[in-house]
Amino acid sequence: MNDQPQKELAIKAAGLVKKFGEERAVDGVDLAVQRGTVYGFLGPNGAGKTTTIRMLATLLSPDGGSATVLGYDLATEADKVRSHVSLTGQFASVDEDLTGLENLILIGRLMGYTRKEARDRGTELLHAFGLEDAARRQVKKYSGGMRRRIDIAASIVVTPDLLFLDEPTTGLDPRSRNQVWSIVRTLVSTGTTVLLTTQYLEEADQLADRIAVIDRGRIIAEGTSGELKASLGTGSLQVRLLHPEDRPRAEQLLAEKLNTSIILETDPSALSAQVSDTTQASTALSALTKANIEVTDFSLGQPSLDEVFLQLTGKPAEEEEAVK
Amino acid sequence: MTVSPENQKLRPEMETDTEGAREEALRRAISGGARPAKPNGIATSFTFGWRALLKIKYIPEQLIDATIFPIMFLLMFTYLFGGALAGSTGDYLQFLLPGILVQTIVTLTMYTGVELNNDITKGIFDRFRSLPIWHPSVLVGALMVDGVRYTMASAIMIILGLILGFRPEGGILGMVAAVLLLQVFAFSLSWIWTTLGMIMRSEKSLMGVSMMVMFPLTFISNVFVDPETMPSWLQGFVEINPISLVVTAVRGLMHGTVTFAEISWVLVAAVILTAVFAPLTMYLYRNKN
Ligand SMILES: Nc1ncnc2c1ncn2[C@@H]1O[C@H](COP(=O)(O)OP(=O)(O)OP(=O)(O)O)[C@@H](O)[C@H]1O
Ligand SMILES: [Mg+2]
Repeated sequence: MNDQPQKELAIKAAGLVKKFGEERAVDGVDLAVQRGTVYGFLGPNGAGKTTTIRMLATLLSPDGGSATVLGYDLATEADKVRSHVSLTGQFASVDEDLTGLENLILIGRLMGYTRKEARDRGTELLHAFGLEDAARRQVKKYSGGMRRRIDIAASIVVTPDLLFLDEPTTGLDPRSRNQVWSIVRTLVSTGTTVLLTTQYLEEADQLADRIAVIDRGRIIAEGTSGELKASLGTGSLQVRLLHPEDRPRAEQLLAEKLNTSIILETDPSALSAQVSDTTQASTALSALTKANIEVTDFSLGQPSLDEVFLQLTGKPAEEEEAVK
Repeated sequence: MTVSPENQKLRPEMETDTEGAREEALRRAISGGARPAKPNGIATSFTFGWRALLKIKYIPEQLIDATIFPIMFLLMFTYLFGGALAGSTGDYLQFLLPGILVQTIVTLTMYTGVELNNDITKGIFDRFRSLPIWHPSVLVGALMVDGVRYTMASAIMIILGLILGFRPEGGILGMVAAVLLLQVFAFSLSWIWTTLGMIMRSEKSLMGVSMMVMFPLTFISNVFVDPETMPSWLQGFVEINPISLVVTAVRGLMHGTVTFAEISWVLVAAVILTAVFAPLTMYLYRNKN
């Protein structure tokens, strides 16, 4: 059957470029996304996440490079691509003047359901997403979390083979975020491929099978969350000292024990370092105690996106923005 | 009701039960979106028309322009200019009504561009563009509902005109034909506004530009006065102004004096406008950044 090529990769892109005037918003992106997996696009504001997704969803035509989506060529078979993918944009992608149910009926009808089928499908989705009470309320009166869910519901009225989710949880509280995560997990368990963008490492870590770190239109790292972490250290050990004058000694000691460069924070009594495992961190801490350096506070955290950038580019993300 | 210990123990189980049920519902709902056959362009146009009707339901203020404007315009111009221009308001009304009907409907077409521009500035536009549908239906559906508004406005205006003493020689048939011809022209003219709606960055700038086009076109025409009284260089413009062509045909149909050529000119103008601006709109629609 001609559905055969779909078996391999959901997305295959080579050298995608998009220019806005002089600016290269996307600057040579290569991608290989396996079917039935979640792929995370991690990057700061302006990295080119939305632009890449919009190209892959046929909303923008690339200025360079090529891609196949579900086996269909982006440039020549855009209609076929549109039939099988769905996009939940970064900003509300439903009609705010209409109710939740009307929005879902609208999409259902446009996809080819009869009036009754569209209504039934809409009701079913609203129920599943915990929005049944808001079915007859205009979307503009929804809370941020409800809005995100109706956005996603509208994208899966007809179950897509590939779903693009652009920053699905930005601005949501932890509870709403968990609801969105569980929707994504369920979706993937039924066979849909998901490409999502996020600014949060934790989200990519929780959801994505593979992650691409994107900055200034380029992919600067790619791999499973484990691979990325291994290259970055499990996280950063943050230490605050009782006496700021101890800091030079502590720095030296930690550098010896951890065998990595130590970051001196703006707080004169604080310093931090990348560590690859918890044993290493506790060895380092006990070494400080043995040397009579009093520690008031310490924490071992996942690397933040900033630290990822520091590690990958040698520069903090904001600094790069400023240079530009 | 008193809660027995047994009941309390049951609670958590019930909760996990509903929890499990919800999860099951979620799974079923998510995988339950079977792909139906692709609908045709007529069906999707009607669906977009349904959306436009819902918008009127939620924002009925939208209809103010289609109801109050015609009344205001007709009363204002009849009584303001009637005496001065035609000697009596009654005589002037016979001349003015067809013209001002055209002006009103043509002005209403501008709102089509505004609606589209609003959609673009919101995320819904991307959603529509990513659907596997016949894409002109997004606009055709909206234009169909605009037709309903034009019909409403025309009816209000003609009825008020009849009350004020408008006596068309062409009778009912002539009036219906006039309104129909006007609708055809309005549909074709709308594509100019959708083109502008695609290009302009905000509703404000869109309205500004639309007004700049509309004002000279409707006023430097034969809507209000007979061009005979104008300097000859101005007459030249009035004669080729498409609005004048429409007014001449609509006036002719209403008063039963229309010629085949007059109707043909309007249809030619409509075909040209649509042939140029509909594809241009769709080109911009496809290539919107
Ligand atoms: N339509 C456009 N016209 C001009 N420049 C644009 C346009 N869209 C995006 N850009 C620019 O391209 C760059 C990448 O933008 P993009 O929206 O893809 O970033 P992003 O990673 O999605 O950021 P965010 O996290 O803020 O959503 C930015 O510098 C942005 O200013
Ligand atoms: Mg974005």
